[in-house]
Amino acid sequence: MSSPVSTLSKLTGSFTAEAFAAHLARVAHLPSWWLDRQRAAYARFVELPMPKRTDEGWRFSNYTALTLDGFQLPPAVKAEQIAHREIGVTGAGTLLLANNRLAQHVPLAPALAQQGVIFASLQHALLYHGDLVRSHLLAQPSKFGSDKFAALHEAFLEDGAFIYVPKGVDAELPLGVFHYACGDGAAVFPHTLVIAEENAKVTVADFFRSDSASGAQAAQFACGGNDLYAGHGAQVTYVAMQDWSRDTLSFQFNAIVARRDAKVLSLNLHAGARQARHESFSQLAAPGAHSEMLALTIAHGTQEFDQRTLQIHQAPNTSSNLLYKNALLDAAKTIFSGLIVVDPDAQKTDAYQSNRNLMLSDEAEANSLPGLEIQANDVRCTHGATSARIDAEQEFYLESRGIRPAQAQELLVFGFFEEVLGKIENAQLHDTLANIIREKFKS
Amino acid sequence: MSQLEIKDLHISIGDKPIVKGLNLTIKRGEVHAIMGPNGTGKSTLAKAIAGHPDYTITGGDVLLDGQSVLAMEPDERARSGLFLAFQYPSEIPGVSIANFLRAAVQARMAEGEELDASGYYKRLYAKMDLLKIDRKFTSRAVNDGFSGGEKKRCEILQMAMLEPKIALMDETDSGLDIDALRIVAEGVNAQRNGPSAPGILLITHYQRLLDYIVPDFVHVMYDGRIVKSGDKTLALELEAKGYDWVKQEFAAATA
Ligand SMILES: Nc1ncnc2c1ncn2[C@@H]1O[C@H](COP(=O)(O)OP(=O)(O)OP(=O)(O)O)[C@@H](O)[C@H]1O
Ligand SMILES: [Mg+2]
Repeated sequence: MSSPVSTLSKLTGSFTAEAFAAHLARVAHLPSWWLDRQRAAYARFVELPMPKRTDEGWRFSNYTALTLDGFQLPPAVKAEQIAHREIGVTGAGTLLLANNRLAQHVPLAPALAQQGVIFASLQHALLYHGDLVRSHLLAQPSKFGSDKFAALHEAFLEDGAFIYVPKGVDAELPLGVFHYACGDGAAVFPHTLVIAEENAKVTVADFFRSDSASGAQAAQFACGGNDLYAGHGAQVTYVAMQDWSRDTLSFQFNAIVARRDAKVLSLNLHAGARQARHESFSQLAAPGAHSEMLALTIAHGTQEFDQRTLQIHQAPNTSSNLLYKNALLDAAKTIFSGLIVVDPDAQKTDAYQSNRNLMLSDEAEANSLPGLEIQANDVRCTHGATSARIDAEQEFYLESRGIRPAQAQELLVFGFFEEVLGKIENAQLHDTLANIIREKFKS
Repeated sequence: MSQLEIKDLHISIGDKPIVKGLNLTIKRGEVHAIMGPNGTGKSTLAKAIAGHPDYTITGGDVLLDGQSVLAMEPDERARSGLFLAFQYPSEIPGVSIANFLRAAVQARMAEGEELDASGYYKRLYAKMDLLKIDRKFTSRAVNDGFSGGEKKRCEILQMAMLEPKIALMDETDSGLDIDALRIVAEGVNAQRNGPSAPGILLITHYQRLLDYIVPDFVHVMYDGRIVKSGDKTLALELEAKGYDWVKQEFAAATA
């Protein structure tokens, strides 16, 4: 029989009671309600089991590779030490977080600040806008069987980004948030919280990167989350770009709440990590709410991308549109598991869910588990999944113009992605996304 | 002088021989028309020369400027100066004409050489104007939702941009209305002047095209071979009499 200690260390990996105590010591200045929540979360993390073979929420995923050993809470780094590239978004303000700490803050344009827009670190918000944080931070349940990792995120969350746009304000330019993991073994817990009040409008670009100084091969651990809240008539555009080192184990928990007539567009680009799980939970909470859930994955080598989604229609006349596109090269693997739920009184729901996979290699593996759970009778719901090889005639057509095979494949992948990329109206953001994808073809 | 030499070429699809010993030499600046009944292997010839993977060369050789192209990949053949205007061009959703053509032009540049974007667009727009293609087409996806005539015009646009040594044009006239036919022919004829004029193999069923693009030679292809060659008057004769007499001549000769 194994001793209790060894069982415990098996369940926590590197995230031991000592590590948690060290974390708590660093955030002791934050409000006590928050520290209580972190303590409770840590207790849950310790108690919950690791995923196992029979867990429906982990079907097809390589759950045995979810090791929590070998990581540590990384030391602080200065902004100057990071090879930070200011890409895609300029002008409206930037927050740079590195190794769980605020490293640089380019404040908002004064005109926006005067209108009451808040763009600050999460610690700042906890201290000065506690009520707002309290009602929205990690307020949605974990729905996909990752409770243990969600608890880990909540327990060790040290700092993040906080964006608040008051009633009727249009923040116009995208706000840029950069989360960095620096150094081999670094464990990071990024978080971005976006609150758009009635008829507010905001675009947020959220970047996840490993410091290039620590090399593309740094073994890192990222366990992040984001909460998007769109109030009555609000419009939220959220673009996340996951480009962690190629040896990162990544979790990302995304929760969206759309109130009456609100429109949320979220696009997640998945490029980095060794194994990345992304969970997205959309709640269409009041009539007229709309959620556009988009994702692009460019998977190569032996990368695994595991995407789990839930669209819950809780009120009548709500709509959601999910389009997840994966391009798979080499021996890469993707998993898509999506569920549309329509509550009994959510009549006139219009929900769409589609997962499309473009296979560029015979060794790649795409798994799809689309699902519907409809309890109302007057709804329009469609879902589907397709996997297709690259079209040989299209490839020949491009090559017959002198385009080299690798470039032809890249063009065809971009062609495949365009349906999603085309929805990003901001040209800088569009180009930034395209550049990250292009980089993958060079590596 | 650049030239394409097709020497005793045999092509199969699977186990089925389609082209059975075909000989033809096309010099730069010349226009050779190939006519012949449906299913005689005209498209097979053109696509196999371009390197389409469905076709197997079982004998003979194809030389561009004295060099065999048969060991080359399709993209290498194109960069060394071959161009195929497809009978049925592929649709490529999501890839704009501008990006596609830029990639094709860039593929021909030396490593590290930068594309002069403004020069590229200037050239592209000039060619589009000549072919009366709306400039808005640059942002449209390649052939996606194009009408039959628009697709063919787009093929000629690509040819104009890439300036091949040898162009194989497979039924570029099909699907074109009278006006479009004239525009396309003018587009081709514009490329026939000057030192960079390509040698052209023009596959067609209709004499009408040859009124606009006047060929130097006309060949009749039947059962995987060229069975008769002549000047432009041969096309008129075929138009008047059909193929039966050629078939009969061929049957008598091989009996
Ligand atoms: N990919 C293919 N697989 C099997 N058979 C093929 C294929 N392509 C062509 N063929 C066959 O090869 C023969 C020659 O076809 P090809 O398209 O070369 O004729 P063509 O002379 O261009 O005819 P058309 O005038 O109708 O365009 C036909 O019998 C055709 O059915
Ligand atoms: Mg044909």
